Amino acid sequence: MSYGLNAAAPDSGLRIKTEVRAQAAAQAEVREPEIAIKNLDLSYGDNHVLHDISMDIEDRRATALIGPSGCGKSTLLRCLNRMNDLIDDVKISGQIKVKGIDVNAASTDVIEVRRRVGMVFQKSNPFPKSIFENVIYGLRIAGIDDKATLEEACESSLRGAALWDEVKDRLHESGLGLSGGQMQRLCIARAIAVEPEVILMDEPCSALDPIATLKIEELIYSLKDKYTIVIVTHNLQQAARVSDRTAFFWLGRLVEYGLTPDMFTRPQDKLTEDYITGRFG
Amino acid sequence: MKLSQSLRRGDPMIWFTGSALGICILMITGLVLVILVNGLSFFWPKPIQRVSLQDGSVWMGEQAAREPIPNPGQPDHLQRQRILLRVGNRDLYGFDFKWVPEDEIAERERPPSAYFVERREYGPFLGTPVRIQAGEKVLAEGAAVEGMLPELVERAARDRAAVERIQKHEIGAINYTIERARLELRALELETRENPGRELGPRRAELERTTAQQQVLFEEKTEELSRLMERVASTSVTFQSADGRQKELRALDVYRAYAANQLGFSGRLGVYTSRLWGFLVEDPRESNTEGGIFPAIFGTVMMVIVMSLIVVPLGVLAALYLREYARQGPLVRMVRIAVNNLAGVPSIVFGVFGLGFFVYFVGGSIDQLFFREALPTPTYGTGGILWASLTLALLTVPVVIVASEEALAAVPRSMREASLAMGATKFQTILRVVLPAAAPGILTGLILAMARGAGEVAPLMLTGVVKLAPELPLDGVFPFFHMDRKFMHLGFHIYDVGFQSPNVEAAKPMVYTTTILLLLIVVLLNLTAIVVRNRLRETYKTGAF
Repeated sequence: MSYGLNAAAPDSGLRIKTEVRAQAAAQAEVREPEIAIKNLDLSYGDNHVLHDISMDIEDRRATALIGPSGCGKSTLLRCLNRMNDLIDDVKISGQIKVKGIDVNAASTDVIEVRRRVGMVFQKSNPFPKSIFENVIYGLRIAGIDDKATLEEACESSLRGAALWDEVKDRLHESGLGLSGGQMQRLCIARAIAVEPEVILMDEPCSALDPIATLKIEELIYSLKDKYTIVIVTHNLQQAARVSDRTAFFWLGRLVEYGLTPDMFTRPQDKLTEDYITGRFG
Repeated sequence: MKLSQSLRRGDPMIWFTGSALGICILMITGLVLVILVNGLSFFWPKPIQRVSLQDGSVWMGEQAAREPIPNPGQPDHLQRQRILLRVGNRDLYGFDFKWVPEDEIAERERPPSAYFVERREYGPFLGTPVRIQAGEKVLAEGAAVEGMLPELVERAARDRAAVERIQKHEIGAINYTIERARLELRALELETRENPGRELGPRRAELERTTAQQQVLFEEKTEELSRLMERVASTSVTFQSADGRQKELRALDVYRAYAANQLGFSGRLGVYTSRLWGFLVEDPRESNTEGGIFPAIFGTVMMVIVMSLIVVPLGVLAALYLREYARQGPLVRMVRIAVNNLAGVPSIVFGVFGLGFFVYFVGGSIDQLFFREALPTPTYGTGGILWASLTLALLTVPVVIVASEEALAAVPRSMREASLAMGATKFQTILRVVLPAAAPGILTGLILAMARGAGEVAPLMLTGVVKLAPELPLDGVFPFFHMDRKFMHLGFHIYDVGFQSPNVEAAKPMVYTTTILLLLIVVLLNLTAIVVRNRLRETYKTGAF
């Protein structure tokens, strides 16, 4: 049954879309990796979550991390801006370099890392403040108080997050009064306001309806030109639509990593094939 | 079958829960009603009865109560009735209240010329006006007196205000300056004794000059005061009691006089409002059984405010450490349990601690260091509003810590992560995201703390409350806030008036009215905090809680 579906897949819209982008991805093979992960191991207490992960993530590309729940893809994502620091009892070994900076080194300023590597969460989490204050939060905590600068940054970030036209008349109303999709785009605007190099997205559309999801996906697609995007998703179509490369994780190990069109059309590993064809999940 | 079904559905539970709530509401509304009825009716002018008894004696008074006469074992037990008359005239009779058996009354009437006179001493005087004099000269006599009385009372109020202005404010300020100069002179003396070489002559001369100048001023003011007194104190009004004895009252001592039986509804309402107003804004008289309770209101409110200013930062900082910084483990759990238990320590224990630690140790040390010249008279080494507020802050800090901790814990993790992921430090996250979001919950803690603090009496009795404080802890004399001063408090006032008063029967209504005020103040303070909290909730509204 599922075999039959899989056989039909290459002829569906999915195939066409991924093919269009395959050429663009192919050009990028020579680029310097933005993020280089080497032999990363991570455990929470006795729970070994990530096993010997090594992968390079390219500059200004979208990379999707897929895999069943609990496979460690979110944990890996949170390693990239050291959000795992917040959890007690976490042990990390191996190396992560973002633009040449060793993220886990003792001498590295975690604040600096997080400013370069922004994050968008699964559940949109705007602050209970006005839309304006939400967007410029990163600038405020960096000590920028010049009104003109802040207003400019607010407008350009909201435009960048495709939210400006919807909220420009109510910038000083609460950010919590927006719809789910708008709130998530507000969080993206907040993340890009500090002009990071990398944006991490942890299942950004899992709580949204299909139309809001579509908008976010379009946004991710356009943001790729300026930012390196790493996105965790459970939605395989989404991974296929927005990402240039896809990494498949299974029980804390990186099983397969390659160009998205190849992954979805010619998976190398049996596990990957089983997963993307929906034989388990 | 039907019963068992009803039991399974839990129908009796609805009745039990409903009755429990009903009993609670009934008891609380009952308490409030008793207080309201007794307290608010106190100021309503009652008619004056003139009662002639069979033995020939005549009494005039307001009826305060009516009840059956107990006579256990006899056939007439609880058969006959008696009335309680508030006859006043304590200086003549030696008592204010008299029980009169109804069957001994020969005649009862309401004479129109009966006056209820509120005066400075000895409680009210009930009688008929006879004449008004200025010195030896008679200004009015008989029926003409009633026409002149209102104007006389009004003028007396103006004269009293003038006297008080000179006595309290002008002479008070002079005395204060002289006292300050005396203390500084004494400080200089101590200084020269320890460092004989230092030249302090010029300052000393200056101080002595100030003292001399103020002394002259003082004499002038005293002179002015005695002239004023001579002018205003000579006017007097004479009343006649029911048994025919006459009493001459200085006009200056008459606070209010009204013919109770001539008043219509609006007249009574006028007396009622003016009494109520006087109760709120005047100083107490006659060992607190008469006059107003303004200093107690002021002291209560100021103490609660000072306490809040201390307890909120203290409690919130402690909660922040416990919740945000401390490593969660057995030690923190133990601290948390200890804090919770602290809320159950009897308040008198806090009072004793406040007396021993704040008053004697801290206050005593402050006196040794900064107010040595005033010793052996203590400045801070004795009870005062600062120490009372600190003691109450200590008493209520567990409430604030617990509420703040809960509020901090309720701030969603996702919000903190959002802030941290933006590159905010933990401190910035707490300051800009966590605290604003937790503010409504913290204010709830403050509301609980204020409600507890305002009603507390026992620890205050040890740390600074007095029966009668001559000066408010906040006035127009530099440095305006006198945190070392003792103060009056409504809760203590209730105890003092109700149970320490020489004239309990007369003071009883004061207990009710004071209770109403205390309740009102607690409600007002809480309402203020609730309004602020709702504003904050509006601003920091989140879908998460």
